[in-house]
Amino acid sequence: MDLTVIWAFIIAFAVFAYVVMDGFDLGIGILFPAFAAGRERDRAMNSIAPVWDGNETWLVLGGGGLFAAFPLAYAVILPATYPLIIAMLLGLVFRGVAFEYRWRDPGHQAFWDKAFTGGSFVAALAQGMTLGALLQGIEVEGRAYAGSWWDWLTPYTLLTGLGTVAGYALLGASWLIWKLDGEEQAHARKLAIRWGAATIVLMGAVSLYNIALNADYAARWLSAPEVYWVAPVPILTAIVALSMLRAILKDRNSKPFWLGIALFFLGMSGLGVTIWPYAVPEALTIWDAAAPERSQIFMLVGVAITLPLIIGYTAWAYWVFRGKVADEGYH
Amino acid sequence: MLENLDALLLARIQFAFTVSFHFFFPAFSIGLASYLAVLEGLWLKTGKSVYLDLFKYWLKIFAIAFAMGVVSGIVMSYQFGTNWSVFSDKAGPVIGPLMAYEVLTAFFLEAGFLGVMLFGMNKVGKKLHFAATLMVALGTFVSAFWILSVNSWMQTPTGYFVAENGQFMPGDSWTAIIFNPSFPYRLVHTVMAAYLTTAFVVGAVGAWHLLKDKANPHARTMFSMAMWMAAIVTPAQIFAGDMHGLNTLEHQPAKVMAMEGHFQSHPDGAPLILFGIPDSEAKEVRYAIEIPKFSSLILKHDLDAPLAGLDTIPDDEEPPVGTVFWSFRVMVGIGFAMLGIGLWSLWGRVRGKLYDMSWLHRAAVLMGPSGFAAVLAGWITTEVGRQPYVIYGVLRTADAASPLDAPAVAASLLAFILVYFTVFGIGVWYILKLMGKAPHAGEYGVKRGDTGPIRTAGITPGPTQNPLGDETLPTHGPSEKEPV
Repeated sequence: MDLTVIWAFIIAFAVFAYVVMDGFDLGIGILFPAFAAGRERDRAMNSIAPVWDGNETWLVLGGGGLFAAFPLAYAVILPATYPLIIAMLLGLVFRGVAFEYRWRDPGHQAFWDKAFTGGSFVAALAQGMTLGALLQGIEVEGRAYAGSWWDWLTPYTLLTGLGTVAGYALLGASWLIWKLDGEEQAHARKLAIRWGAATIVLMGAVSLYNIALNADYAARWLSAPEVYWVAPVPILTAIVALSMLRAILKDRNSKPFWLGIALFFLGMSGLGVTIWPYAVPEALTIWDAAAPERSQIFMLVGVAITLPLIIGYTAWAYWVFRGKVADEGYH
Repeated sequence: MLENLDALLLARIQFAFTVSFHFFFPAFSIGLASYLAVLEGLWLKTGKSVYLDLFKYWLKIFAIAFAMGVVSGIVMSYQFGTNWSVFSDKAGPVIGPLMAYEVLTAFFLEAGFLGVMLFGMNKVGKKLHFAATLMVALGTFVSAFWILSVNSWMQTPTGYFVAENGQFMPGDSWTAIIFNPSFPYRLVHTVMAAYLTTAFVVGAVGAWHLLKDKANPHARTMFSMAMWMAAIVTPAQIFAGDMHGLNTLEHQPAKVMAMEGHFQSHPDGAPLILFGIPDSEAKEVRYAIEIPKFSSLILKHDLDAPLAGLDTIPDDEEPPVGTVFWSFRVMVGIGFAMLGIGLWSLWGRVRGKLYDMSWLHRAAVLMGPSGFAAVLAGWITTEVGRQPYVIYGVLRTADAASPLDAPAVAASLLAFILVYFTVFGIGVWYILKLMGKAPHAGEYGVKRGDTGPIRTAGITPGPTQNPLGDETLPTHGPSEKEPV
């Protein structure tokens, strides 16, 4: 068994866990201006207040894990996407403190609500653009980034950035369908339909752009025999996307959220297929970038012991706060 | 070349700025998490509502401090890659796994149980809630364990070899890496510093409210608890600091030479320089006030023991002496001031006048932020003292930076400074506002929803949990009416 492959999957899992879990937190931040000040905003924020911190921790595992398991990839990707990473971090600062500050200072609640939205939007956009900057390729010389200052800013990265913003908003809205009721749930449904449609359109656009971007990517998806292996991904994506829109419309409770996660899972699988086996497309394979076996084994022991525990107590924390937010009949 | 130097200097300033700012929050939250666990444990054991009230009083403050710690900490986990990519590539195989363990065993633990700790008391019951508080406290400690192991390895690297591609590789034993020579000392010294930092903050808040109303039972309890910490932990901390210093003398002698201001070697007993102005150009401490042979006594336990000075170290391997010399004195000075408060409080306690000594209370208020200053000064001493190396003796700071242009680093530095001072400044202001309110019976927990007249939420207790807190409960928020 190849440890490097296992580690690639662990990092991918951490990134996926981050994207869907903090995705709905950030999505709620992005949608915040659409909610009425007062009860609707309070309930939306309270639905994630007990879990956002744990959700965000997956980002640290993604970054820290990349540093530990693929140090060279970490050392190349971060300088290449420097302004995006800094913007994301600063966005997360505003988003994170807004959770506390907006309750501390009623006089400035409107300001912190804006900071919550601004921070969430900037973080989501920067994350999506970072993904795009990675997919479009990074110039590497020796063991370092060798590109220019603005390589990360292209129409393609803007597209992946907007796609991520839309996708997070979809997750946020479908989370709220689950956690809210009454008029507020109906409002969340409206938003979920709108952002769901946007997400599907942007996912399609990114997929087509990928094929146009790079001959290897195109070969991966369009030529035989690979096409037979990878064809289920777009087909399943289409099925999931339609069922999700249907679930949103048909008054389902938690189903839109789960199908939204499935949509993200398929989208990320598609991206995985696209760049495999590269950590940095066309420049560094996962084996080029991997840490030595001794480091991989040491960490794998830790992951094998702690990850099930983490998933266990995280699930417990969600279970504790299950049900509609402050619904009178909720025990 | 000049451009590179500028980018390097800016990257160093950026790291120093972001890590110093970040360090304040864990230094406070490590101690505060444990303090909250103690308060909740005492409440469960004794049933006295004063402990529950204090728990809730400090929980509100903890929520804000923790949020600031989290967001400033995430920045740190990416700073290695953005500004120190060469270091990341080279040291990743050795320190990366330790940091991954920090995430897996500490960050998730803290964050996973924080929600239950802040908002879950009425949902999970007292005992499970206490378990959640303990997990958060444990998480803060485990986090300190791993990150200080990483830092210590960078100070006293062991258990590695350098591969052909220039990467540091783990040797046969991970324990040799984790339990590197300076780690046990640094861990004990830093964690005790965090406890003292919190104790002096708690003591200052207690003293502040005693000055306004010396009968306030909540203020009395927290002040007394804090003063026990000052009296017991400060001497232990001074002892631990001394041990840490001896360890540094063994492994990083140049750092100790800078701390002591020993430009010259002293073959028969080195003086302890109390104060003076180090002049690196002239290689002397001007206007020095010194005690002959005392440095040899402290460092070698022998008045006449020879001590080497910076004259034995090549100039390009010397740390900046002035900074290290001064930051060390600030730290030690604060340490002894803390000891003074601790002894003063013991004297007051013996006389049965602990709550009546307004000058002690004033001094304690003044000493409230002293822990932060001491922690920062100590951090500067150890970090500047290991320059010019980032991994001591083997990788120079100048060779570790990212291939970035100065304008990019300058712009991001400026952004960090603006955002940190505003955002964290406001957060500290909110904390001070909370501290300014006197703790009282029926204290509320973390509020979530204040759009109505009185909407409390979070761990707002039901009648059976807090007989004193009987205000109307909210109609929404993640709060519940019923006690469990």
